Amino acid sequence: MEQPLTKHIVPGKSLSLKEYEQTGGYAAVRKAVKNASPQDVQQIVKDSGLKGRGGAGFSTGMKWSFVPMDDSARHPKYLICNADEMEPGTFKDRLLLEGNPHQLIEGMILAAYAIKADISYVFLRWAYRKAATLMQKSIEEAYAAGYLGKNILGTGWNLEMHLHTGVGRYICGEETALLNALEGKRATPRSKPPFPQVSGLYGKPTIVNNVETLCCLPHIINNGAVWFKGLSVSEDSGTKLYGVSGKVKRPGVWELPLGTTMREIIEDHAGGMVDGYKLKGVLPGGASTDFLTEEHLDIKMDYISVAAAGSRLGTGTMIVMDDATCPVGFVHNLQHFFAQESCGWCTPCREGLPWVERILLGLEKGSGSNEDIDLLLMHTQYLGPGNTYCALAPGAMEPLQSALKYFKEDFIKHIEKHECPYTG
Amino acid sequence: MVIHIDNKEYNIKSGKNLLEACLSVGLDLPYFCWHPAMGSVGACRQCAVKVYKDENDTKGRLVMSCMEGVKDGLYLSIEDKTAKEFREQVIEWLMTNHPHDCPVCDEGGACHLQDMTVMTGHDYRRFKYKKRTYTNQYLGPLIHHEMNRCIQCYRCVRYYRDYAGGDDLNVFAAHNHVYFGREKDGVLQSPFSGNLSEVCPTGVFTDKTLKEHYTRKWDLTMSPSVCNHCSVGCNTIAAERYGELRCILNRYNGDVNGYFLCDRGRFGYEFVNSENRIKRVIIRNRAGEASTEEELMQHLQPLVSMSKIIGIGSPRASLESNFALMQLVGKQNFYQGISEDEAHLNRVCIDVLQSGSVHSASLKEIEQADAVLVVGEDIWNTAPMMALAVRQAVVKTAGAEASQHVQIPVWLDSAIKELAQEDKGFLAVLNVSASPLDELATHAWHATPDDLSRAAFAIAAYLQPGKLQADNFSEELTNQAKAIGEALKQAKNPVIITGVSSYNDNVIKAAFDIAASLNTAGRKTGMACVMTECNSMGLALMDAPAFNHAMDSVRPNGHATAVILENDLYRHLTPNLVDNFLNKCDHIIVLDSLHNSTTEKASVLLPAATFAEGDGTLVNNEGRAQRFFQVIPNADTQVKESWQWLWKMQMLRSQKVNGHVLHPDELLQKMETDMPQFKGITSVSPGHDYTIHGERIPREPHRYSGRTAIQANKNVSEPKPFYDGDSPLSFTMEGFKGVPPSWAVPFFWAPGWNSVQSVAKYQDEPNGSLKGGNPGVRLLQDKKKENADLFFKDVPEQFVITKDKWLLLPKFHVLGSGELSGYTKALEVLSPELFAIISPKSAEALNVKEGDMLQLTDAGIAYGSLPVKVLDNMCDGVVFVNAGSRGTVGMNWGTRINLAKVN
Repeated sequence: MEQPLTKHIVPGKSLSLKEYEQTGGYAAVRKAVKNASPQDVQQIVKDSGLKGRGGAGFSTGMKWSFVPMDDSARHPKYLICNADEMEPGTFKDRLLLEGNPHQLIEGMILAAYAIKADISYVFLRWAYRKAATLMQKSIEEAYAAGYLGKNILGTGWNLEMHLHTGVGRYICGEETALLNALEGKRATPRSKPPFPQVSGLYGKPTIVNNVETLCCLPHIINNGAVWFKGLSVSEDSGTKLYGVSGKVKRPGVWELPLGTTMREIIEDHAGGMVDGYKLKGVLPGGASTDFLTEEHLDIKMDYISVAAAGSRLGTGTMIVMDDATCPVGFVHNLQHFFAQESCGWCTPCREGLPWVERILLGLEKGSGSNEDIDLLLMHTQYLGPGNTYCALAPGAMEPLQSALKYFKEDFIKHIEKHECPYTG
Repeated sequence: MVIHIDNKEYNIKSGKNLLEACLSVGLDLPYFCWHPAMGSVGACRQCAVKVYKDENDTKGRLVMSCMEGVKDGLYLSIEDKTAKEFREQVIEWLMTNHPHDCPVCDEGGACHLQDMTVMTGHDYRRFKYKKRTYTNQYLGPLIHHEMNRCIQCYRCVRYYRDYAGGDDLNVFAAHNHVYFGREKDGVLQSPFSGNLSEVCPTGVFTDKTLKEHYTRKWDLTMSPSVCNHCSVGCNTIAAERYGELRCILNRYNGDVNGYFLCDRGRFGYEFVNSENRIKRVIIRNRAGEASTEEELMQHLQPLVSMSKIIGIGSPRASLESNFALMQLVGKQNFYQGISEDEAHLNRVCIDVLQSGSVHSASLKEIEQADAVLVVGEDIWNTAPMMALAVRQAVVKTAGAEASQHVQIPVWLDSAIKELAQEDKGFLAVLNVSASPLDELATHAWHATPDDLSRAAFAIAAYLQPGKLQADNFSEELTNQAKAIGEALKQAKNPVIITGVSSYNDNVIKAAFDIAASLNTAGRKTGMACVMTECNSMGLALMDAPAFNHAMDSVRPNGHATAVILENDLYRHLTPNLVDNFLNKCDHIIVLDSLHNSTTEKASVLLPAATFAEGDGTLVNNEGRAQRFFQVIPNADTQVKESWQWLWKMQMLRSQKVNGHVLHPDELLQKMETDMPQFKGITSVSPGHDYTIHGERIPREPHRYSGRTAIQANKNVSEPKPFYDGDSPLSFTMEGFKGVPPSWAVPFFWAPGWNSVQSVAKYQDEPNGSLKGGNPGVRLLQDKKKENADLFFKDVPEQFVITKDKWLLLPKFHVLGSGELSGYTKALEVLSPELFAIISPKSAEALNVKEGDMLQLTDAGIAYGSLPVKVLDNMCDGVVFVNAGSRGTVGMNWGTRINLAKVN
């Protein structure tokens, strides 16, 4: 089993530029900028079937193809790495950032080359202090080695790279809110269209890619699209960093072929449930995905199969809910997070999420009523995609609507007993 | 194009969004964050509709109508069940935290949120938790802050920051705790802050001056009015109750002020209620008052019958009053009550605007310009709304240019702003000193008026090489001229703005040369000339000699009577000049509304109506004649419009004591006949006998509470409503109930639309003309050129700075410079003190620092001494003195005077 992204990562250590080069690092950059055109790089990535690893799962090659590439395109163009990993239960990018920062830098250089970008930013979550230090050092190393800056590898192509650390807002993971934050404005999402590819950072053509997505690029360039497709055990290409948290024996993150089943990840890699606990539900790809249950354990963890089961692969990092945890309290905790992280721009999200949070708290405290269930269902309907300005509230509704579907009895018990059955 | 709304076909202009489309065909659709002047941002989610793929699609998709453009053949539904339920739900969300204080809220009854709540049908509250509360801020004397009412539509910050360019109001915090206010308590810095009270869809930002004498909006008696406080002539609604003027509201005029007013215009109305008002006839040096009109007339009889009677007109009195004065004294005895210099400058403005070579630009046209040059006029302070229009021009041009690269409709405001970023359209400001407008400028340059005109002539010389004797322009001027000239040449719709306040006719002439040089085959260049008062243009068009000629016409002991119309001569002219004149006259009859230095000299003082108590016509700087209508009934006072007093005096003079009652339309008819320059003046509005289906136009909305017992201390019987014989408007709530003609809109109201947002129902389309065309008649028509090209060729010499002669210029202030607006306490507080303002270099040369006193003398006239203020970003060799405000006196502006440090 190949693990191209993590095979050189040793927990607790970080690869320096030299060490990275010894593992074959920056060969892809040399290959691409000297022997391939940006269009060639775009084509290989398109052919590889790489999909965005940040959560939405959109084809990376397709995303790039909307960037104006002719001579009339406006410059500077920007390539931005979204390293604002704040999805609850998600810690996969952190491994890549801390373990092998040059792999990410190489990926960014390749993506920037593919869209003829002039300036690139790493937008890093504030709490990743260690990653910040490492990224800053690594960027400096890459400049010193001639992989960044003016006239890269003697090709005449220039690329600047800067590290930007956020202030800790979940909404900055939304790519257009990220752009506003990077411009020093309020981190409020932008309307789409226009998409960042045509009007992004400072109104110029911009691509925002996730850390893991970018880290795939050197390997795709080195080994080709066919190889990348062959890494997976499903229709979706490549490997995926899967994570598991919750009451499992060995919580953690592993690079596995895309399409590995949920059962294999939870039972084999995470060691199964802690003794005395049963699995009750799983959020397959972070806090903003729908619950799946035990009956779904054998589905493949890829974009298509998880969607078919009624959820989303998201970031691929599972949160396992056990049978001793109250689903209402669990969802309340999530809604507290989402309500707090709403940027406050659009009405449904700003006013709806705190309402949902308070209803769930009421249920937990035993003051809930049947009307509350109707109100929760109303919110799952009206905070859906398209009704709100961005995807935050629709994402927040995914665990709620599926909890109401799979764990309705728990909600009813809260109302009937006037207390939380799990603590009472 | 044709679109289908709820299975009915509608013809819609292309390029609109669905919300605009629905509103423009008269349909009701609720909204909050969208504003016609500011476009769409999609924040409130209130305007959701269903859009269908085609006629067979039954499922459809919920979209925000403000965020989608119209497409030919589109199917949409407002009435769809899901769309209606969603809109109702949005209101329920907004209401979770909105206080239930409508009965005690300032906005109640004129609240967009109330209207939209009713429109969506939301009535039952399911949110059973506590509401969030905020601490309010002190925002200064003009605007009251009540944050608990906020529904987070973001209109206030979008207006204040993006539209008006302010930076001290912002949005703070996040999620359901966003806060709209200042970083800390303090006076709002923008002179356009008053519009917050109309932009806010509920009662967060309200008019603090109205709060001082609050009344419900539906209990106001309202009239269409015109602002009195500068030469731009913004359209306003004047609102009264119990004989007191309560507030001024914006009256939309698509060609002039659009949706907004400046703070001087909105809040400067309190002079009408001032204790300093002249309410009774005063006859000085006479035992006992003239208690009846008969007595007064007896007293006036010999005065007006003197063989020599001189009329002094006024730039702030209506055309009717000025013309009535001219009728009384005869054309040969009528003089403008302004200095010779100012009269000359006004004349130059009219000459160039009427030359046929340029087009007198409206505010709307300035807003649509793609390049603007301002020469020698501090419009931020002398014509604030024009500065706001220039800002829109600069921002919109940048947006339009940026959107050429990416296909984005112009109404998609946030996307346009992200695309355009800090880009700005072309603006060059050549002025004596800096103003906030400079921040937007591509070129900002400060110099003395002579040098400004040289800079402008240099541009004209660049644009028309060889036509001007362009000698000895410095390299700096030549380079600047090339840069500005080139940018103006590239523009499709350039506008050149100038004015009289730098007291230099070459500035105006040079500006004209530039404008005329930019004409293309299909277009005359827009030009705007700012004047000083609300009817400066009207008075100047009457073409009478300036004040000093009046002096020459009176021989010593010539037994003359002077009739002075609504004019504090001491503000326009130097004191000795005025004194000399008044001393020569045997009798001085003054008509005015407020006591001032001139009224003190009156032997007979007649109480004149302000704009609120009378009807009249003003001509703004564009040459647009606009009518204002009485809003305070004055049946039981001696206050009359000046033209009525003057008519009565004329009856006396011509021995027709019981002459017929005069209607103002008759005055205008005679004026139009006598003076061809006023052709069209009678069509500003129809005569007093105009009716619609036999009904007059009510000044009171039908929701008016009716008569109350509040005046029962005077008379327990219900008084008969005041009958207004002068205009087609009535002082009652009865009468025509539909949308009145655009010149006669006393208030905006439509069923279900009680707030100012109802203006949409009076327009052809959002942001468009009022139905039937915007009001006002342009007197300066775009004439065909009759004569050979007018082109000024005399370039003045460079200004030479000398240590003993300083150029004296007025320094106006955006809030402070209004003779009448100074009576509003809030504006008085925000106005600057009187200073002699000089540049740092000048201060050095004079060996003074801030706080020192400077003695100002001009060929024997001692102006007294003033404290020094040192201003960066103003040219050397000039001394500014704060002007225009209450208490300032006339000076020989534009002349060179002596300055000496007072030890």
